Amino acid sequence: MMYRSLFPRDLFAEFDRLQRELQQGIGLSPSIRGASRGFPAMNVGSAPQSVEIYAFAPGVDPASLDLQVEKGVLTISGERAPDASPEKSTVHIDERFAGRFRRTVTLPDDVDLNQVVARYQDGVLRISVPRSEAAQPRRITIK
Amino acid sequence: MNDTTRDDTPRNDEAALLPPVNVIEDAAGITLYADLPGVPKDKLNLQLDADTLSIEGELVLAMPEGMSASYAEVNLPRYRRTFTLSKELDSEQAVAEFHDGVLKLRIPKAAHAQPRKIAIQAA
Repeated sequence: MMYRSLFPRDLFAEFDRLQRELQQGIGLSPSIRGASRGFPAMNVGSAPQSVEIYAFAPGVDPASLDLQVEKGVLTISGERAPDASPEKSTVHIDERFAGRFRRTVTLPDDVDLNQVVARYQDGVLRISVPRSEAAQPRRITIK
Repeated sequence: MNDTTRDDTPRNDEAALLPPVNVIEDAAGITLYADLPGVPKDKLNLQLDADTLSIEGELVLAMPEGMSASYAEVNLPRYRRTFTLSKELDSEQAVAEFHDGVLKLRIPKAAHAQPRKIAIQAA
C-alpha cells in the first residue's frame, strides 16, 4: 500500500493512554466517586490503634461542618463563605474555593464508629476513628 | 565575600506546595488571602520587601505513633509562593492576620498613588 497514515495509531489516544498509565504508575487510581481532588483536600493515615483522616479546610467555621457516618462511609460537608469584596474592587486572582462542599471517605471494617473524635486546628479537621478492640494487635503469651 | 550568609533563609530548591490565593484590589490597596491549612502561626514566614512578597509556611500535623499514609493529597511538608509587587504599594504599612489556616494580608497604596478627585474650578 502506498498510503501511510500520518498518525499511525492515533497520537491523541496514545497521549491519553500514556497519562492514564502514569497515573496508575504513581498510585493515583481514580476513586469510584469521581474526581479525586477537591475541597477540602484529604489525607488518610493508618495507625495500629486508629485511622486518622485529615481534611484541609482552612477558614471554615467548625460549627458549620457536618460529619456523618453511614454504612462505613464518612461524609464531611459544610460551606465556606466567599471573601468580602469591597465596592469598586477588582479581583485579580481567584483560586480559593468558596461555596458548599462535600467529600466522602470509605472507612475500613475494623473500626469502632461509636468513638470517633474530631478536632479543628489551624484549618485542619482531624478525625480519629479508633480501631475496634478485636482488631488491635495483641501479644499472645506462650505458656 | 561573606560565605556565612543567613542560614535561616528558606532554601528555595526544596519542593513546596503552591497555596491557592485570592487577590482583590480596591481604590486604597490590595488584599491577599492565602490558604495555608496545617500551618501554625509560629511556622508562617512572611517576607515583604520593596518589590517582592514571599509567603512560606511549614505544615505541622499531629500524628499518632506508627502511622503510615494510606492516601495523601497534601504530600509535602511546606507551602511557598512569591509575588512581585508594584511600585505604588506601600509595603511598610502592610497588615497581616492569620486565623484557621487563612492568611489575610492588606497592603495599602502609597498616599501619592491613591485616587484623588480633582475639583474643577469655574472659569
